[in-house]
Amino acid sequence: MEILVCIKQVPGTTEVEVDEKTGVLKRDGIDSKMNPYDLYALETALKLKEQIGAKVTVISMGPPQAKEIINEAYMMGADDGALFSDRKFAGADVLATAYTLSQGIRKMGNPDLIICGKMTTDGDTAQVGPEIAEFLQIPHVANVQEIIELKDNSIVVEKDMPETVEVADIKYPCLITVEKDIFQPRLPSFKLKLKTKDKEVPIYSLKDFNDKNEKNYGLDGSPTQVKRIFPPQANTDHEMWKGNSEKLTDKLFDKLEELKFI
Amino acid sequence: MEFKKIDQKDIDYLISVCGEDRVFLGDEINEDFSHDELAGISNYPEVLVEVKETKEVSEIMKYANEKNIPVTPRGQGTGLVGSAVALHGGIMINLSTMNEILELDEENLTLTVEPGVLLMEIAKYVEDHDMLYPPDPGEKSATIGGNINTNAGGMRAVKYGVTRDFVRGLEVVLPNGEVIEVGGKVVKNSSGYSLKDLFVGSEGTLGIVTKAVLRLLPLPKKTISLLIPFPNLETAIETVPKIIKSKTIPTAVEYMVRDVILASEEFLGSKFPDNTSDAYLLLTFDGNSKEEIENVYDKVAHICLDAGALDVLISDTQERQESIWSARGAFLEAIKASTTEMDECDVVVPREKVAEFVKYTDDLQDKFDIKIRSFGHAGDGNLHIYVLKDELSEKEWKEKLDGVFDCMYTKANELGGKVSGEHGIGYAKKKYLEKSLGKEGMNILKNIKKSFDPKGILNPDKVC
Repeated sequence: MEILVCIKQVPGTTEVEVDEKTGVLKRDGIDSKMNPYDLYALETALKLKEQIGAKVTVISMGPPQAKEIINEAYMMGADDGALFSDRKFAGADVLATAYTLSQGIRKMGNPDLIICGKMTTDGDTAQVGPEIAEFLQIPHVANVQEIIELKDNSIVVEKDMPETVEVADIKYPCLITVEKDIFQPRLPSFKLKLKTKDKEVPIYSLKDFNDKNEKNYGLDGSPTQVKRIFPPQANTDHEMWKGNSEKLTDKLFDKLEELKFI
Repeated sequence: MEFKKIDQKDIDYLISVCGEDRVFLGDEINEDFSHDELAGISNYPEVLVEVKETKEVSEIMKYANEKNIPVTPRGQGTGLVGSAVALHGGIMINLSTMNEILELDEENLTLTVEPGVLLMEIAKYVEDHDMLYPPDPGEKSATIGGNINTNAGGMRAVKYGVTRDFVRGLEVVLPNGEVIEVGGKVVKNSSGYSLKDLFVGSEGTLGIVTKAVLRLLPLPKKTISLLIPFPNLETAIETVPKIIKSKTIPTAVEYMVRDVILASEEFLGSKFPDNTSDAYLLLTFDGNSKEEIENVYDKVAHICLDAGALDVLISDTQERQESIWSARGAFLEAIKASTTEMDECDVVVPREKVAEFVKYTDDLQDKFDIKIRSFGHAGDGNLHIYVLKDELSEKEWKEKLDGVFDCMYTKANELGGKVSGEHGIGYAKKKYLEKSLGKEGMNILKNIKKSFDPKGILNPDKVC
């Protein structure tokens, strides 16, 4: 079985400041890391590999330094990797990103299963995964919280919907995006670090893709127009109550009821 | 010791100092205030008072001293040896309501706080200002006052030292109600006996800390931990001296076993990144960049692999650190939740003796047919060994516990160790301190106590 995992490099901290004038993230001096949600995707792939013996390949789109996260995936047990990097990919919105990744995936072969994290911590859209599947014209299920069964030609998964939990049986090739905590991600291994330190990370650019039309990539291929970026308002309102435990319990109960939490 | 019992006049006085809202009697006193985290001993104070300022503490002490009423100072009650239990009733002063952060002095690198500020509040506050308060005990909801009074150590002691090393100055209310300041914002101090150092670790027996000036360090920009699986505990612990000898200085060197990890997974309801091996070392390194730390840990990782480690797992992001350290911080609570009752031994031994001591305690399980769990600071020789009651009858439990403790403290003594590494003596460990210090040593402690508190009203029957 061939499993492909999509990963992204994101800022290392969640407290990134936004320049209010230009709307650009202040990335200076900030470490980067693999998108935490992608760790769950990679762990899912590695667990399936342990279970049935699959080949796990990771891919990413980003600037050349995004090689770091491919190397990190090698340190966690991924067998292969590739980075799609080209100046012409820059400024891509979700649609152009998904299109670029779908072109790259075609280049890589025909995986049976593609796994993505639920979303990224910098973009928060949760759209790239399903859009890749649409471009590849394969079935997809988002918000998967459990892998129930691996069959010969399909995978049975449980997905978390806002009010229900649904079970789906999807034929390969297909794409799933997985929830946080589907598995606890393993830590990178120093032994694998030593073993894979000379392992190459192939970099593919536009000229390697089937569709070489620049207009479909990067800023040109992005219908989204960003008007303004601003940090969300943080609400730190709080009330302090004093009294004995009985009164406080009643008060808390009333408050939770008033807020319709219970 | 004969103390005066609380009467209406005393209550009226306390109300005149603190107001009716902050004086609690009888049923108004929550059960929590009758014991600490390890409920080996329990007793209610006759009256509980919440204080807001030094003046109130001073007036209460002056009154109690005149009337011969015992006073027990208390923070969050997270202690483990009964130091904050009102053995003789009397007045309990709850200092957790004195909880303001008073000043961050970025020119002297100090933080001035009231005693009731929680450790986790201090950590967050100073980190937001790119500073570090290094002492890092597992119990983050303890008060700084409590930490000062036990000279808490915690996980970063290997590199940075313990609470005493980070207290620059104190404001203390003496048993007679007088307020004195010891130490200060100064870096050096050779001005007579160091009273500051005497108050640190005195478990509320010499005076009540009402303000503390803490020493801060610039915050290292990056922290990376290594979780190192070993085939067994012995191999894991025997590796520690090799790491220390390599002259790399980790901020923390902890050891843990699979059973304790599983207990914490169950307790927290979240998975640890790895639980497939029997024993682990957990090392942390800090520095200013990922590359700088990688250079250091590379050497240590090779030492561990050569010593028989199964692998070296790298934790280099906030999420990975949280998945490990939240579990580490919950070990005590997790073990506690897994049994009916437990007691602990918090000895410290020279670092090269850790393996021998841990092996010895492991063997005691068979000798006494009782469950013993441990984890601890392998890097500084401070061990936390828990004896679990499980389904034993009260009588069997007491007998076995006494037997196990006698063996452990005797062994620690033989190895050149001390009774407590960081949890203190309180009431529970007094007899072991007597054995370890000897008569002369205990006499000096008693005379020191007497010179601070001639009437013996402040936290009586604790330490000595």
